[in-house]
Amino acid sequence: MKKNDLYLIGGILLLVAVSFIFIQLYKSEGSKVLVTIDGKEYKTFSLNDDTVFTISQDDGKWNTFEIKDGYVKMIGASCPDKICVKHKKIHYDNETITCLPNRVVLRIIDGEDNDIDAIAD
Amino acid sequence: MSSKKIALYGLLIALAFIFSYIESLIPMPFAIPGIKLGLANLVTIIALYGIGVKESLVLSMVRILLVGFTFRDPSTLLFSFAGGILSWLSMTVTMKLFSMVGVSIIGGITHNIGQIIVAILYVNNPSLIYYLPFLLTAGVVSGALIGLLGALTIKRIKKIL
Repeated sequence: MKKNDLYLIGGILLLVAVSFIFIQLYKSEGSKVLVTIDGKEYKTFSLNDDTVFTISQDDGKWNTFEIKDGYVKMIGASCPDKICVKHKKIHYDNETITCLPNRVVLRIIDGEDNDIDAIAD
Repeated sequence: MSSKKIALYGLLIALAFIFSYIESLIPMPFAIPGIKLGLANLVTIIALYGIGVKESLVLSMVRILLVGFTFRDPSTLLFSFAGGILSWLSMTVTMKLFSMVGVSIIGGITHNIGQIIVAILYVNNPSLIYYLPFLLTAGVVSGALIGLLGALTIKRIKKIL
């Protein structure tokens, strides 16, 4: 290992740490989940209404997600890798669950600006 | 091309192929698209140092093509090529700057950056950029491991390459 290697590792880890701190500081609770398919807005759901919904696409692809207690979780999908189903439930503004094979993205939106409260906590 | 070289390339492609297979058997506990060990990158980096820059590109492209059609969904080929080409390019230009560990880390993170760029274009959704801090961390860890392994390996096989 050269000295440069250590600078590289340190630099990247610092960058990662700073971005995590930023994400944590500006984290706010979302109120809705936006479903997009291939970049196009499909539907928006309120996090306050518990529901189970299946997104069906014309070519037979499907994703089923559940809204419960203000959290969104993918509970089933037709994709081969099931990465989206493994994703933990999401709740905070801008958190996303992505299903690459089906081009489906669930993203939490409309977080209230309560970052000041978050810092005070 | 000498018959020794042909045999060597065949051997290395087979090795990378098997590494990819082993990797497809290991379930990753992360729910983020694109995080993996990158075992096959061990072959790419050994070729980069042991044989040559151009040869390592050929090896990694052939491997991606074969693996894409056998162990993975061919639709993931696009992601693999983007990651593979960007990481090869970045490793090549930073070889003088870092040791094998640093170069391998560069390879790991640029591989993930390439994949996330294609993923953003693929689903038409820039919010995937939020995955980047996770992908960078994963790239540093797996890149460092592969680089250390590669350095140990190349010391022992340099003479026969």
